[in-house]
Amino acid sequence: MPQPSPRQLALIKTSLFLLCLLPMVRLAVGVYEDSLGANPIELITRDLGTWALNFLLIALTITPLRKATGWHWLVRLRRMLGLYAFFYALLHLSSYLWLDQFFDWGEILKDIIKRPFITVGMLTFLLLVPLALTSNNLAIRRLGGKRWQQLHQLIYPLTICAVLHYWWLIKLDVMLPGIYAGLLAALLMVRVRDGWQKLRQRY
Amino acid sequence: MLIKSPDDILPSEITSPALYSRRRDFIKTGIGLGASLILPGTAAFAAPKPTVPFSTAKKSPYSTTDESLTDHQDVTRYNNYYEFGTNKADPARYADALQTRPWTVSIEGLVKQPKTLGIDDILKVAPLEERIYRMRCVEGWSMVIPWVGLPLSSLLKQVEPLGGAKYVEFITAVQPENMPGVRRRVLDWPYTEGLRLDEAMHPLTIMAVGLYGEALLNQNGAPLRLVVPWKYGFKNGKSIVKIRFTDKEPRTSWMKAGPFEYGFYSNVNPEVDHPRWSQARERRIGEFTKRKTLMFNGYGDQVAQLYTGMNLKINF
Repeated sequence: MPQPSPRQLALIKTSLFLLCLLPMVRLAVGVYEDSLGANPIELITRDLGTWALNFLLIALTITPLRKATGWHWLVRLRRMLGLYAFFYALLHLSSYLWLDQFFDWGEILKDIIKRPFITVGMLTFLLLVPLALTSNNLAIRRLGGKRWQQLHQLIYPLTICAVLHYWWLIKLDVMLPGIYAGLLAALLMVRVRDGWQKLRQRY
Repeated sequence: MLIKSPDDILPSEITSPALYSRRRDFIKTGIGLGASLILPGTAAFAAPKPTVPFSTAKKSPYSTTDESLTDHQDVTRYNNYYEFGTNKADPARYADALQTRPWTVSIEGLVKQPKTLGIDDILKVAPLEERIYRMRCVEGWSMVIPWVGLPLSSLLKQVEPLGGAKYVEFITAVQPENMPGVRRRVLDWPYTEGLRLDEAMHPLTIMAVGLYGEALLNQNGAPLRLVVPWKYGFKNGKSIVKIRFTDKEPRTSWMKAGPFEYGFYSNVNPEVDHPRWSQARERRIGEFTKRKTLMFNGYGDQVAQLYTGMNLKINF
């Protein structure tokens, strides 16, 4: 699709918005039907975390996809995808604080200090907050395009943290986090390559 | 500051037990109806016919009595049995393929006369007992399970161990064509576990052959599996084919996979954390808030003396 009309783009955005809600709807239905298995709290927490990570990677796919296809309008979807990553991360964190720990702040604090995978998970979330807060046109104007872009470079270390968070929590079989790490590595390599080419063109 | 009190949950938020069980019943009835439509005959879920009536197993004074049992469907569908996959739902999905008849267990190693026993002979070694035990998984969840089994000591007494025998190693089945999980070497197959001889002979230690009054389902380790209730669940090797008396501490599959995370003893201990997560509390399957984990999983009165003088932080 070369360049959708404003109406088409609005339709695409609305459909994408609803599509991104599906993982949450599926969980809600599971809770209602009591079909989330023996340990629903663990399943809910993990599923929400997985979707937060999925959306981070999907958002990071936009730029390479745009360059490969020439569909520059794809960038108009990136903000929503990034905000959905934050949305699912927020639900994931809430599920940990509420369902898993039941607001036992002493235990939570101990977890954050003593458990590397929780520490790095919290760090991921903290880094996501400023990005979510500045994901609007007003913030871009206030910060100026350049500073805004610099701030949003945080997406890279943050997504690495998110994959580490997943990797470290796995008891033994790291196949799935390994797949995520591979995808992330590929997405980062594309940036390194593009950056290198830019540098060469300049000098 | 938020002070945690029982009032944290509004009464209006609590699902009444009646509603809760009705929900589950609804699902069960649904499944039952569906199955009876598909499958002819009355016994929709007929397990392989046990030669010994499991439901008449005698009650045991070692059973816990004041705790409610974990739902049958949770005990049989939320399992760690990595030979069938690392997902908790994998064993229930794939374990049907496991061949449990004929089945023999060879008892060997430092014994006067090694022996190979068929499963039907093992079932007659001692009267079957119902043992209701807590089971605490190293991952931080727990269940209360009505096992049917016989004291492991009665099985071990079928051979005469030599004086040098100090440990017992348990080797479990590998059926590559029936176990999708063993195609990947996530663990060193066959899955092996071990106990010190006195732990193995302890009256609480059983070889389970059934649960909830019926023969074990494959996903729970049919036809026979170890149950050592004061240790983390992974010590309870499933579908055992070999028992070996040794003079050296056996290196178990989990010790090989993570020597700093899984020790030989692996006694339930709220004060010794897994390096990556706390062991202080656990979630009882079916409950909402976590409960405190008990030393030796609450069996300290019976087993603490096995470890007097030992540093349990070093011997984790």
